[in-house]
Amino acid sequence: MLILLLVFAACIQKALWRKIMLEPQKNLFCVRGGNKEMLQGHQTWVFANKPTIIATGTVVGPFEAQGPLAEDFDLLHGDLWLGQPSFEKAEKKMLEEACEKAIDKAGLQKKDIQFFLSGDLMNQIISSSFTARTLAVPYLGLFGACSSSMEGLALGALLIESRAARYVLCGTASHNATVEKQFRYPTEYGSQKPPSAQWTVTGAGAAILCPEGEGPRITCATIGRVVDMGVSDPFNMGAAMAPAAVDTITAHFRDLNIAPDRYDLIATGDLGRVGHHIAADLLAKHGIEIPAEILTDCGLLIYRDDQPVFSGGSGCGCSAVVTYGHLVNRLRKGELKKILVVATGALLSPLSYQQNESIPCIAHAVSIEYIH
Amino acid sequence: MEAYFWAFVVGGLICVIGQLLLDVGKYTPAHTMSILVVSGAVLDGFGLYEPLIDFAGAGATVPITSFGNALVHGAMAEAQRSGLVGIITGIFEVTSAGISAAIIFGFMASLFFKSKG
Repeated sequence: MLILLLVFAACIQKALWRKIMLEPQKNLFCVRGGNKEMLQGHQTWVFANKPTIIATGTVVGPFEAQGPLAEDFDLLHGDLWLGQPSFEKAEKKMLEEACEKAIDKAGLQKKDIQFFLSGDLMNQIISSSFTARTLAVPYLGLFGACSSSMEGLALGALLIESRAARYVLCGTASHNATVEKQFRYPTEYGSQKPPSAQWTVTGAGAAILCPEGEGPRITCATIGRVVDMGVSDPFNMGAAMAPAAVDTITAHFRDLNIAPDRYDLIATGDLGRVGHHIAADLLAKHGIEIPAEILTDCGLLIYRDDQPVFSGGSGCGCSAVVTYGHLVNRLRKGELKKILVVATGALLSPLSYQQNESIPCIAHAVSIEYIH
Repeated sequence: MEAYFWAFVVGGLICVIGQLLLDVGKYTPAHTMSILVVSGAVLDGFGLYEPLIDFAGAGATVPITSFGNALVHGAMAEAQRSGLVGIITGIFEVTSAGISAAIIFGFMASLFFKSKG
């Protein structure tokens, strides 16, 4: 009798333990938005409430101001220094201006923003952290190299969707002179570059997300894996990053079980001419046929063909200003209805490259739609 | 006129080697420069760089290989005067004008000009 009772008690204890310990753990992995699970497939979040980009701010330098998208940007600087004593300070100033512009356009004040998510290419992401110092807003620093723009937007949408915030500000910036110095050579050194090299965009972009309101809405986001195909040439980042972009795009379509024709435009972040062609070829090899007029690259859109930018634009600012300026404007005008932005990042450091490491890369995709 | 021709050809060939190191050898600019300097030094060690200068003039003295040649020249000359320690003290003897000029003019330029980026 006693043994039976003990066995019975042990069973109840086990069942209870399962209920208490395991169930909540299961729930940890599927954050719920409304009644539907947010996680779809392996690595894609579907936002049932579709967080809205209520305002964006974009600031660019002189070289980008001569490009074909100049009219889409909020602030154009004629001076690469922005009147600052160093290029690093100029980069920080641009990010501050982009954030202020976005806050201003949204009709908000700094204190209305709950969280600021930002990343950049400087050591210890100083441009983001120093901008956060100016904004005095709770801040989460990100590093996804040039994928930081969409990493921030995806995480921002997640915060809004899970009701962790009412207003989230996502930003990123890069400056030609600072990034070239950090990753390649100081521009004054005048080092030769091969045609596969890219030109770092001088620009900063910021977007404000909110649960509702007027503007383009974020429907889903696919978080990328780190992909390294062994490319170790920092003058050929496009080739290094293309497989990461393809991996994320493939995962996006697989997770959502949709075809590329669902989108009016699929824009990779900064693959440039070389990487763009590699990505198109790899996608075709994977059986994903994306028509040439749909698949594009922010690094190709931002400069004219006759600007001496080698393979095209690169840098955190590239996908940020093209998405938050040009693409968001086209969505607002109704020229595009649904787009996928796949920001690509090369996760190398100058030290890892000097020690003959290859370049690990990543890409994050965010789907944005605007139904009038 | 012949002197100009050979200066052009030899100087150009040294630059072609540098360009091949960059493009085909995939060496970084810093590696390429070091390789050329060391090559100049080694050639002078075998007594081959001076004849090249006699033959091609500025074609051999202007490229960076000449810097390696000058390093060895200074070290050897001082070694003859003051023994083994001269290799250390003499290494920058011939090249000191170039190095000092780079530092001084670089400093002056930084006082008056700003980088264009």
